[in-house]
Amino acid sequence: MIGGLFIYNHKGEVLISRVYRDDIGRNAVDAFRVNVIHARQQVRSPVTNIARTSFFHVKRSNIWLAAVTKQNVNAAMVFEFLYKMCDVMTAYFGKISEENIKNNFVLIYELLDEILDFGYPQNSETGALKTFITQQGIKSQHQTKEEQSQITSQVTGQIGWRREGIKYRRNELFLDVLESVNLLMSPQGQVLSAHVSGRVVMKSYLSGMPECKFGMNDKIVIEKQGKGTADETGKSELGSGKQSIAIDDCTFHQCVRLSKFDSERSISFIPPDGEFELMRYRTTKDIILPFRVIPLVREVGRTKLEVKVVIKSNFKPSLLAQKIEVRIPTPLNTSGVQVICMKGKAKYKASENAIVWKIKRMAGMKESQISAEIELLPTNDKKKWARPPISMNFEVPFAPSGLKVRYLKVFEPKLNYSDHDVIKWVRYIGRSGIYETRC
Amino acid sequence: MPAVSKGDGMRGLAVFISDIRNCKSKEAEIKRINKELANIRSKFKGDKALDGYSKKKYVCKLLFIFLLGHDIDFGHMEAVNLLSSNRYTEKQIGYLFISVLVNSNSELIRLINNAIKNDLASRNPTFMGLALHCIANVGSREMAEAFAGEIPKILVAGDTMDSVKQSAALCLLRLYRTSPDLVPMGDWTSRVVHLLNDQHLGVVTAATSLITTLAQKNPEEFKTSVSLAVSRLSRIVTSASTDLQDYTYYFVPAPWLSVKLLRLLQCYPPPEDPAVRGRLTECLETILNKAQEPPKSKKVQHSNAKNAVLFEAISLIIHHDSEPNLLVRACNQLGQFLQHRETNLRYLALESMCTLASSEFSHEAVKTHIETVINALKTERDVSVRQRAVDLLYAMCDRSNAQQIVAEMLNYLETADYSIREEIVSYLCFPYFFHSWLWYHKYHLLIRMLHRTSPDLASSEVVSEEPADTVHDADELFHKFVCKNNGVLFENQLLQIGLKSEFRQNLGRMFIFYGNKTSTQFLNFTPTVICSDDLQSSLNLQTKPVDPTVDGGAQVQQVVNIECVSDFMEAPILNIQFRYGGTFQNLSVKLPITLNKFFQPTEMSSQDFFQRWKQLSNPKQEVQNIFKAKHPMDAEITKAKIIGFGSALLEEVDPNPANFVGAGIIHTKTTQIGCLLRLEPNLQAQMYRLTLRTSKEAVSQRLCELLSEQF
Repeated sequence: MIGGLFIYNHKGEVLISRVYRDDIGRNAVDAFRVNVIHARQQVRSPVTNIARTSFFHVKRSNIWLAAVTKQNVNAAMVFEFLYKMCDVMTAYFGKISEENIKNNFVLIYELLDEILDFGYPQNSETGALKTFITQQGIKSQHQTKEEQSQITSQVTGQIGWRREGIKYRRNELFLDVLESVNLLMSPQGQVLSAHVSGRVVMKSYLSGMPECKFGMNDKIVIEKQGKGTADETGKSELGSGKQSIAIDDCTFHQCVRLSKFDSERSISFIPPDGEFELMRYRTTKDIILPFRVIPLVREVGRTKLEVKVVIKSNFKPSLLAQKIEVRIPTPLNTSGVQVICMKGKAKYKASENAIVWKIKRMAGMKESQISAEIELLPTNDKKKWARPPISMNFEVPFAPSGLKVRYLKVFEPKLNYSDHDVIKWVRYIGRSGIYETRC
Repeated sequence: MPAVSKGDGMRGLAVFISDIRNCKSKEAEIKRINKELANIRSKFKGDKALDGYSKKKYVCKLLFIFLLGHDIDFGHMEAVNLLSSNRYTEKQIGYLFISVLVNSNSELIRLINNAIKNDLASRNPTFMGLALHCIANVGSREMAEAFAGEIPKILVAGDTMDSVKQSAALCLLRLYRTSPDLVPMGDWTSRVVHLLNDQHLGVVTAATSLITTLAQKNPEEFKTSVSLAVSRLSRIVTSASTDLQDYTYYFVPAPWLSVKLLRLLQCYPPPEDPAVRGRLTECLETILNKAQEPPKSKKVQHSNAKNAVLFEAISLIIHHDSEPNLLVRACNQLGQFLQHRETNLRYLALESMCTLASSEFSHEAVKTHIETVINALKTERDVSVRQRAVDLLYAMCDRSNAQQIVAEMLNYLETADYSIREEIVSYLCFPYFFHSWLWYHKYHLLIRMLHRTSPDLASSEVVSEEPADTVHDADELFHKFVCKNNGVLFENQLLQIGLKSEFRQNLGRMFIFYGNKTSTQFLNFTPTVICSDDLQSSLNLQTKPVDPTVDGGAQVQQVVNIECVSDFMEAPILNIQFRYGGTFQNLSVKLPITLNKFFQPTEMSSQDFFQRWKQLSNPKQEVQNIFKAKHPMDAEITKAKIIGFGSALLEEVDPNPANFVGAGIIHTKTTQIGCLLRLEPNLQAQMYRLTLRTSKEAVSQRLCELLSEQF
């Protein structure tokens, strides 16, 4: 289990230090600073073992969060906890920065006391935490006994993530499908590897204790239903091509009833109030690749390189992709670059050894091109340039995995509002993960 | 010129360095460096020529980036251009870059060498100095090839400036150290010797270093340096402290030069010419006299310099080992230091005394300090000094004081530091100490004590196995060696044979120690290793002959080099013949060179193990033996034995934790044989079942025989 948790600024000064177990001494704080933060070589592994002590770290801007343990713990659990802790801190005081941490250190210690107990992670649901860890000083005088006991029974009860008696004038919910698409493509346009990792994030403003049921175009569900009405499935497949998607694996928020998912593959739950991540999933089949990058690199003698890159958008013309950025690496002996592009802005960034081409917006089924002339300084090094891949960033308003939300039904048996009264919003955002094409 | 107005400050460089220092993270630093590199590349690429100042600045930046740990693969050309500049700072930076980032690009080397040649021929002392420093700093073979012929000429030329001569001498020294074969000896050597007479003391100091190194290899050619060195030394020693001005260091005249001259004299025997010899003795006496004078300064530098000269003089006296008067005086001087409050002095005094003790003239003088040394052993706080005290006690030990010294050492042993203990034991084990039975019994006492105080140390000693009143059954001892490499192989009333061996893959080396336990000489002592015809083809043994006489109480050592050509069954026989008193002795023992010595352990997982186990399922490949335990069945001991046998002990492979499983490869010159073994103990029946599977039937058989004897 986690033995201690430290937060450092970029210089390696300790901002927060909380030790949960006796086997972690004071020197552990320094060991991480010396061996990781101040290491001569950049430490890229998120897990570092120093003197039989394991350090798990994540970095948020220039803040280091490190969990320490002497035991053989589940590393995935520790990282899950660290991410959760980042979420909790963001929910409480916004961006994780040195100043914010210094201003809220009492709060952070309070949170650390609550979400970790003797190194075992506890309830880290922001909604629940906010009911009893507040930023407005001690409120217990104003809180009635009733309220206090309510909090206790809720936190210790079966549905720890939601309190009773929530009331909204307008019952509303927002559903975001956020996906990141990863690709590695050969210069000839062959897909070498591709996968989508996605999240369904829900923001709910619902009264009472609503029972929700979420449906999507999961292949297994569709096929099961299809058995009953074979004709219909055939028709719909003819109508709009691929209808269902194969999900490789998925994880759910603790509110989802896993037993029901296992038996009927239906996703039913009582949501926490406010924002939460309903599920996470990954797909590898039939991915819609929003952009195709066609590179053309020609070496003219020893001192010149000509690069031409064409990008093609591959989605409905009515949709608009945003924040497009193409990064073309340049050789390490580049001494000068001339760029011409038809659309957007392109610039040689010497500090990153790359040409960065930015386009604000681009509609589907379009094509754009950049060409660059790179002058090289002849070096006495015989090493050949390794030609790192061209990478891309973008944002598109659809889900590259093909996932569709089919329904989200809300039942609240006690209060008198029905599914139809709830206002529902669904949004799809597809972003690039590591989206690379070799050249 | 614009460069003048810019000055030599190189603001751009200062700004760049402060930018780097202010970077908040590694990434930011790399970004800044990439940016700067791109900038420099574009500048170097630019069509218009850069002025010297900018070139210098960019080369400096590249150097700084390189020193931060980044690769630099350009800029060499610009640095070489700087070499031909007439401005000192530019030339200097050029040389700095070249000596830090030498590149073996042939084209560039030619240009660099050309530039260096020009500078060497320039007659400008600063330029010549820069070039010589560069040659010395790089000091590569290529440099030696190009310039080793040139530099001696500069060194002995009449019109060379003093500072250049100094650099040239040191540069030549450096080249000689890296590639002595490339420095030609010639008529310059006689002229170099005369540099010892140079007016300039700096030149003399540099030349002395060079001559000392050269004289160590070619003593004949530099023989004339002795008289010159003596006269130079005598001039320094007799000079008043104010005579040498810049070369007087805290009232000591030219201490470094004195030390170097004394070192040079240590390359030669005492001078034959009585005049020179007399002069040298005079010098050494003066140095010893000066040590008795009250210090001229309380500063530590003064005493350090003075003592440095003194100790070097004492080393020379010890080296010559011809003037009893001087040796005794040196010994007395060191005796004073034994109680000095400076730890370093005490250390050095003990160390020098060790060598003094071996001289016939001063041995008695050293012995007078025995009480002080014993006291040092007891009260000294610094462990390294105590160690030297032990060394000295050992060195001064002879028949007259052995009893006292051994008694002191034994007393001390109980409280001694671990590292010293080992040394004491090896001293005490030295046959000299137990030439009589009395000492031998004391020795057993010691071993028993050692077993109590540090068991692992005791077992690591070759001769300290067990008190050997009974003669061991030879076979039993042989089997002991199957699982270990060191120990006593044989012992009787006359002779003890110890072994120390090491094996690696198909090669091995064995040290055999023959100890004469009597006080009479063994004559015609001839050990021979005998292999049968079968064995000769599969095992290659090479032995060196040993001295045919073994003195009473002495120990001689023999090395056997072993090569395993293919697998073998038998063990070679060691036959020893010698004359003791009037009788002829002849004995034979089996040498424990067994097949398992060529084991290399192999770690593997449970799955791998059983897969391979199944692959070796041919009934001929498996050999099994069920036998009764001869020793108590202790799991830890069994584990140690299996590891000692040579195979890897695989934990958690066998589903039954009580069983032992091992794997390894036998390396022979012709083949490698994979071996798997499994040992199943049955505690109730006090039995073992041993199964071996190897790819060769004979090997399985032999290993099974060997290992079965162990439990």
